[in-house]
Amino acid sequence: MMMNSILRRVSWPSCVIAVALLLVASGQARQQDGVDLVIGGDVGRPPNFAVPDCLALTPDAATAEAARTIAEVLWADLEFEREFRMIPRDVYRTIPPARSIGDLSFDRWAELDADGVVSCTVRALSDSQLEITARLFSVRSFDNAFSVQYTGTNTNLRRYAHQLSDEIHRQQRGVAGVARTRIAFVSDRDGESVLGLVEDRPVKEVYFADYDGANIQRLTVTRILNLFPAWSPDGRSIGYTSYLSGFPDIVVSHLFEGRMTTPANGTMQVHNSLSAFSPDGLRVAFNSNRDNSSDIYVANVDGTNVQRLTFNPAIDTSPTWSPNGQQIAFTSDRAGQPQIYVMSVDGTGTRRLTYDTYSDRPTWSPAPFNEIAYSSKTGPGHDIKVLDLSTSEVRQVTFGLGSNESPSYSPNGRHIAFTSSRGSGRKQIYTVGRDGKNLRRLTSTGNNETPSWSR
Amino acid sequence: MQVRGTLSWTAAAACVVATLALQSCGRRPPPVAPETSPPPPPAAEERTPAPRPVPPPPAPPPVVPLELPPEDEFARRTLEELNRESPLEAVFFGLDSSELDDQGRTAADANADLLMRYPTWVVTIEGHCDERGTPEYNLGLGERRALAAQQYMVQLGVEASRVRTVSYGKEFPFEPGHDDAAWAANRRAHFVITSK
Repeated sequence: MMMNSILRRVSWPSCVIAVALLLVASGQARQQDGVDLVIGGDVGRPPNFAVPDCLALTPDAATAEAARTIAEVLWADLEFEREFRMIPRDVYRTIPPARSIGDLSFDRWAELDADGVVSCTVRALSDSQLEITARLFSVRSFDNAFSVQYTGTNTNLRRYAHQLSDEIHRQQRGVAGVARTRIAFVSDRDGESVLGLVEDRPVKEVYFADYDGANIQRLTVTRILNLFPAWSPDGRSIGYTSYLSGFPDIVVSHLFEGRMTTPANGTMQVHNSLSAFSPDGLRVAFNSNRDNSSDIYVANVDGTNVQRLTFNPAIDTSPTWSPNGQQIAFTSDRAGQPQIYVMSVDGTGTRRLTYDTYSDRPTWSPAPFNEIAYSSKTGPGHDIKVLDLSTSEVRQVTFGLGSNESPSYSPNGRHIAFTSSRGSGRKQIYTVGRDGKNLRRLTSTGNNETPSWSR
Repeated sequence: MQVRGTLSWTAAAACVVATLALQSCGRRPPPVAPETSPPPPPAAEERTPAPRPVPPPPAPPPVVPLELPPEDEFARRTLEELNRESPLEAVFFGLDSSELDDQGRTAADANADLLMRYPTWVVTIEGHCDERGTPEYNLGLGERRALAAQQYMVQLGVEASRVRTVSYGKEFPFEPGHDDAAWAANRRAHFVITSK
């Protein structure tokens, strides 16, 4: 078996501004020689993987902490896509960490029925610089299936695990992992009140977190109401509905340029909301009342070339783009209650898609899936449903616990983030697999809602 | 929530009394509810007496004499104070509805009267929804409610430029509960005085 050895050095920029960590690490082109060794499980089950603590090669406490954190996060990242069955880390705490493939206790891993083991090391190069190596071993063949080396700062250790997880998913399973994606949402978590003439109204500000809910960072400091954040496809901007000027308008924060734009050009009379970037990132669809009716419009991101797409006296809102940018699905109450419709991007060929009691917030899946997730009233509250556009079949992914609203797909289409009031009654962000399994709660402080998953 | 106290919809029936009380009393008008009614002023004989013998009232609120006309009273208050105990009434709506019913029209009529009497006032009508709809659609529904109230006010002769609208969807409930009463209180067009 050809051993596949990939040694890479990824230089991590030491950024002062936290948001700059959003930048996808600019790695070099992947060197790959020979055929990948793919670790399988027994027939009919995914391979069993283990991620013991990394070996700390320098004796300080920070390195020991890094060695534990990176392994812990990697374990959770590898579990998320459900391509591997992750063996709980407690089970193998007594197995000594390996310095090299010769050190690896293959017998003991075989006892645990592990198919693959990730063995990693962490070395402090200076007070702020780390070197991390990781290898994936096949327990059956004693082979090295994957190896990688990173050097960089120690400011965001989770990021190394996320990158490693995405690389292992791609190499072993051909799956585009989402461990380095982020989820934007609005929250009242900082307990501030709106500055205004009516007292005791909680602000909602825009925040974003890693896909797993860690590293929550605040984007806006407006002391006002902000709603419905939406990532641009390149992850460099977030559009949202802000009451910054006293009325709802689309504000786009360009994260790396430190500036904001208002492409929908709102005024005291012209109110705009619910922006959605086109898949090519050049245009934005939104709701506006500018022609004295609540309709869908599309404009260039710079605010030029505004086009009206719906001409109905009903409320037409909540647009979402098809992956090829040729169609827009939206919510309309033209038939009485709000339902999901779809039209061409020029506003023609409108077709009704849902016949539920009350449907809203369509969100079109990325390819290869061809489906629309939306919220549907199923009782006192709402649940997330998915409409398969090729079969017209509808499947439900949440079932009546609290109210479940505002779905948003992960960039690989395998997961859906949404708002749920299950449990305490407070609104929190959850993710769930598109099959309705693998539910995870991302937030717990205050109310957190209307997630947008970065591409 | 501060605004709730004087705008509680259950007190809507007593709105005329409330308005009178606001105009004739000081910064702290006596509560409308009669249980702990202050010593009856001569002008308030029509009030129903308290059902039980009333103990000697604790320090009655300082009664500001009537020499100040209401105009001056409103003029003296800041916008924050005016909106905290607003003389403008909310218009309430049925489920998924944006039509003013009789009660809503009565409230809007009273608001229009006030705006006629204070021609410099500018108000913003906020459209609000109960929590049962989705946040996205409710933004549109709240706008529809605010516009319905605005159009009615304009029909009554108030200049459109003095009644702006904004929708807050379900984002700012007035009643925190999760029952019919709270939902009814939260389906409203809420009038905020933005300049005077």
